[in-house]
Amino acid sequence: MSGPKETPQGASRYGMVIDLDRCNGCGACMVACAVENNVAPAPQRANDRNGITLLRVFPMRNGRDYPESRQVFVPMTCQQCDAPPCESVCPQHAVEFDWTTGIVAQIPVRCLGCRYCMVACPYHARAFNWWDPEWPEGMESTLNPDISTRSRGVAEKCNFCHHRRQVARERAAHEGREVREDEYQPACVEACPVGAIVFGDLNDPDSAVAKVYEAPDAFAFLDKLGTKPKIRYRSRQEWVHAMARQGVPEKEVTRG
Amino acid sequence: MDRSIIPRGLERAPLGKFLLWLLPWVLLLGFGLYSAYLCLRYGLHQTNMDNRFAFGAWIFLDLTVIALGAGAFFTGFLLYILKRRELKAVINSAVVIGFICYSGAVVVLMVDVGQPLRAWFTFWHPNVHSMLTEVTFCITCYLTVLAIEYLPILLKNRKLRQIPAFLVFEFNLHKVMYVLAGVGTFLSFFHQGSLGGLYGVLNGRPFVFREAFGIWPTTFFLFIISAAAAGPSFMLLTTWIASKVSGKRLVTHYVYESLGRISGYILSGYVLLKTADTLFWIRDTAPSLGVHPASFFANQPGYTALHLLEVALFGFLPMAIFLTKRLRARLGWLVTAATLTCLGIVVNRYVLTIQTLALPTLPFAEVLSYVPSWQETGTFLMVIAYGMLVYSISFRYSNLFPQERELRQG
Repeated sequence: MSGPKETPQGASRYGMVIDLDRCNGCGACMVACAVENNVAPAPQRANDRNGITLLRVFPMRNGRDYPESRQVFVPMTCQQCDAPPCESVCPQHAVEFDWTTGIVAQIPVRCLGCRYCMVACPYHARAFNWWDPEWPEGMESTLNPDISTRSRGVAEKCNFCHHRRQVARERAAHEGREVREDEYQPACVEACPVGAIVFGDLNDPDSAVAKVYEAPDAFAFLDKLGTKPKIRYRSRQEWVHAMARQGVPEKEVTRG
Repeated sequence: MDRSIIPRGLERAPLGKFLLWLLPWVLLLGFGLYSAYLCLRYGLHQTNMDNRFAFGAWIFLDLTVIALGAGAFFTGFLLYILKRRELKAVINSAVVIGFICYSGAVVVLMVDVGQPLRAWFTFWHPNVHSMLTEVTFCITCYLTVLAIEYLPILLKNRKLRQIPAFLVFEFNLHKVMYVLAGVGTFLSFFHQGSLGGLYGVLNGRPFVFREAFGIWPTTFFLFIISAAAAGPSFMLLTTWIASKVSGKRLVTHYVYESLGRISGYILSGYVLLKTADTLFWIRDTAPSLGVHPASFFANQPGYTALHLLEVALFGFLPMAIFLTKRLRARLGWLVTAATLTCLGIVVNRYVLTIQTLALPTLPFAEVLSYVPSWQETGTFLMVIAYGMLVYSISFRYSNLFPQERELRQG
C-alpha cells in the first residue's frame, strides 16, 4: 500500500450513489466521460470489447418473459474501492490509493501494460489502450488541457475526474475559500439529464451523497468480495437487489 | 568442420539431412518473428485479446511451458540434492529444455506487455505486495542460473575444450554446480508457486481465489507440486521423442522407469491435495464470497468436463500407470502416462487462465470466449521453433545424454 496507513485528519472520502430507477440508459454519461478524459475516437476495427470505455452502461434484465420482464440500466465504472484489488497486484506502483480523497488513481506513465490489474478487477471497469490514440485532423483542438492523453499499451480507468478537483481547489485557493461541493463534480454527474448520479464527500455528513449513501434501498455490487466499493446503487425493485447479490451468467459470446 | 565438432563416439545424421530437418523450424521461426514484429510495431490490437480477456493465449501457454520446463529444476534437485544418480543420464537435456522454456516464456512476455521498455520499473520501483513482482524477480534470476548451467554443456564441446581458458572455466563451473542447482531449485520453486499465487490472491475472482497459508494461497503450493509432477514426465516424453527422431537409444529403461515412478508419487500427492482444495473451495471459499460454486458451471458442460478430465483422466489414470510395477516395465505405458500427465498440466493452466477470465463476475455480464489471432499464434509458434532449433543443435553438438555412447558401444 502506498501512502500513510491511516486516513489523515480532515481527509475527504469521495463516493457516488447511482439511482437505477431513474437511469434511462441514454448514455450521456459515457459520452461526457470520454470527451472530458480525452479518450481518442475508436479506430474502425475497435469493438465493444476492446474500446476505451471508462464508464459503461450495461442493461440488467430479470430474465423473465413478457409481461413480467423488467430491465434497468447500470452505469458501471471504477467503484473506487477502499480495498482496491487492482492496487496490490500492480508490480510497479502504477495504481495508487490517495488517502486524502479515497480516490484510486491510475498513473499511466508508470504502467507496464501487463494488465494484471484488469484481471484483478471484479467490476470489469478497466480498459487497455490496444491502439495508438489518434485524433482526426482538427480534433486536437477539442482536447481537454487539464488531463494528459495516454499512450498505447497502458491500462486506464475512471478517477472521478480528479483533475476537476485540482482546478476547483486552485480556484478556491486563489479566492481564499474552501471548495464548494458543486464546484467538484465529475463529468458524468453533470451530464446525467435525470439527475440519477449523486457525488460528493462521504466524510461530510451534510453532503448530498452522504445523505443517500446509507439509504435502505442502497446497495453495492459484489459487496461480499471485500473490496469495499465507494459507489453504491439504489433501486426500490427487489429483483435488482436479488440480481446484485447473485447473478447467473448469460449466453456465451465469442470473438475472433 | 561439422564432423570435428560432433562429440567423439556419437553418431549423428549427415549434415545435409540435419539442415533439412532444421529448415521447417527456421521458416516457422521467421513467421513467428514477423508476427511478434507486428505486435510490437503496431500494438496489441494485432491480437484478439480485449478488456475482459486481458490475459490470453500467451499467458496460458507461458504458464504451461514454464510448468513443463520444471523438469530442469526438479531433475537438478533430485540429482544434486537428493543424490538420485540415475538422473545424471538426463540432466543435460533437462537443463537445455529448462533454458528453452524459460527464455521462450520471457520473450513472449516481452511482446505481451504493452510497454516492454518499462519492464525495468519492476526492478527499480517494485511493489513487493504484487505476486507479479515475485514472478518477475524469480524468472529473471532463474533464467540467469539456467544460462550459467547451460554453459558447461556448450563448453564441453571438443573444439571449445581446446581453448584452455574455457576448460578452466568449465571445470570451475562444475565445482559450483551443486550451489547453482540449490539456488535454481529455490528460485524455480518460488517462481512456479508465485505463478499459481498470481491467480489465487485475486479476491475479485471467486472462481480462482483460494484461502492462504501464511501469505500464499493454496494455488501457490499446488502449482509447485503439479510442476514437480509434470517436469519428470515431460523429461520422459522429450527423451523418448529425441530417441525416436534420432533413431538411437539415449538412456536405459531404468532411467525412464525412475522418471515415471517419481512423477507417479508426486502426482498422487497432487491429486489428493487438488481434490481437497476443490472440496474446500466448494464448501467454504466460494460461498464466503457470495457465490454458489455451481453457478460457474451452469450451462457450461465444456468447463465442467474439463475439471473432471483434469483430475480423473489426466490425474488418477497416469498416477495408476506410473505406480504399477508391471506397467512401468513397458515403455509404451510410461510414454502414455507421461503424455496424460503433461496434458493434465495444459488443462489445469487453461482452466486457471482462460476459464477464470471467461466467467463474468457481475450478474449482468456475459460469459465470453475468444480465439487467438494468427499474430498471437505465430508469436507463440516462434517459441516452439526456437526451442526445436536450440534443442536440435544442442543434441547434435553436445553430449546431452551421457549414456548414449555406452549404449551405442554396448
